[in-house]
Amino acid sequence: MAQKNKIAAKSQLLDAVENKSLKQDIPHFEIGDTVDVHCSIKEGNKERIQVFTGTVIARKGRGTSETFTVRRIVNNEGVERIFPLHSPNVVDIRPVRSGKTRRAKLYFLRKRTGKAVKLAHRHSGHTVTK
Amino acid sequence: MAILLGKKVGMTQVYGERGNFLPVTVIQAGPCVVMQVKTAETDGYNAVQFGFEDVKPSRRNNPQTGHADKANTVPKKFIKEMRLPDETEPEYKLGDSITVSVFEENESVDVIGTSKGKGFAGVMKRHGFAGFPASHGTERKHRAPGSISSFASDAGHGPGPKKGKKMAGHMGHSRVTTKNHKLVSIDEERNLLVVKGAIPGPADGYCIIRSAKSQPKRVASDKEQSND
Repeated sequence: MAQKNKIAAKSQLLDAVENKSLKQDIPHFEIGDTVDVHCSIKEGNKERIQVFTGTVIARKGRGTSETFTVRRIVNNEGVERIFPLHSPNVVDIRPVRSGKTRRAKLYFLRKRTGKAVKLAHRHSGHTVTK
Repeated sequence: MAILLGKKVGMTQVYGERGNFLPVTVIQAGPCVVMQVKTAETDGYNAVQFGFEDVKPSRRNNPQTGHADKANTVPKKFIKEMRLPDETEPEYKLGDSITVSVFEENESVDVIGTSKGKGFAGVMKRHGFAGFPASHGTERKHRAPGSISSFASDAGHGPGPKKGKKMAGHMGHSRVTTKNHKLVSIDEERNLLVVKGAIPGPADGYCIIRSAKSQPKRVASDKEQSND
């Protein structure tokens, strides 16, 4: 029991350090949602915002290393980007459209092309209209 | 020159100022009590002795509890001494408490610890020897050291292989210093130091944290900036 308490106390200290790096105001989005990810990109001294729009197909990890994967089709070629959820470079995440899904990882979308890529729309309160 | 005793909590990752992901080690450091102040008059040299982490007085013998009593504290588990310059009077007082506030953020620190024991290790693991090929007729000596001496190479060195010849043996569990860690953040409330990179020893292992003895030519943060 004493050993268990010791481990709990230790992870509390680690959490205290990690918590400073965690974002408190992450918008709610679900697997299958179409999101706009606003990324800040530094070129020399200039800083600009780039928006990547696509379907969230996976969310994994926890704490500071939590990531989510966004997939979109560009010129008939699938493009996936993995964003660290808590990175300061990911400035904003805006859910645009909700997609109906029955699983947590949508890797089956990789085999699909054309119209089949599109998920059925689900009316949900957390999406914003453009 | 600041020094502090501590205990490794574990490793994690945090985001730096410019959004870079840093691997960090969390150390529970201090508060350390000054157990003894040594001066040139009484001891022949100037030094200060710190103690870290309380232990029940019943677990220590009379000389050890008596030593702690002099500093008006309880016996400590981990006691280490820091040498001070001989010319000046030591500015520490018996019974003083030293906390993480002796360090500043973004300072470079060295960490001294006892590395994890690896037991009796062969030459490939211990010294990075290349070993022998996996196939092409190699039999029973894939990880062997090869020849350790010859009549010609040992000429003038007396009988047997040369002294210091790298061979298999006990590896790890030795004092190791890792230099110039960037101090990423300090938590004065919880007595935590967060340093960039890995430090020697297991979690819960004791370590000594001191201001870096030799500053790197380019501080780590400068290097990262130039990479942008």
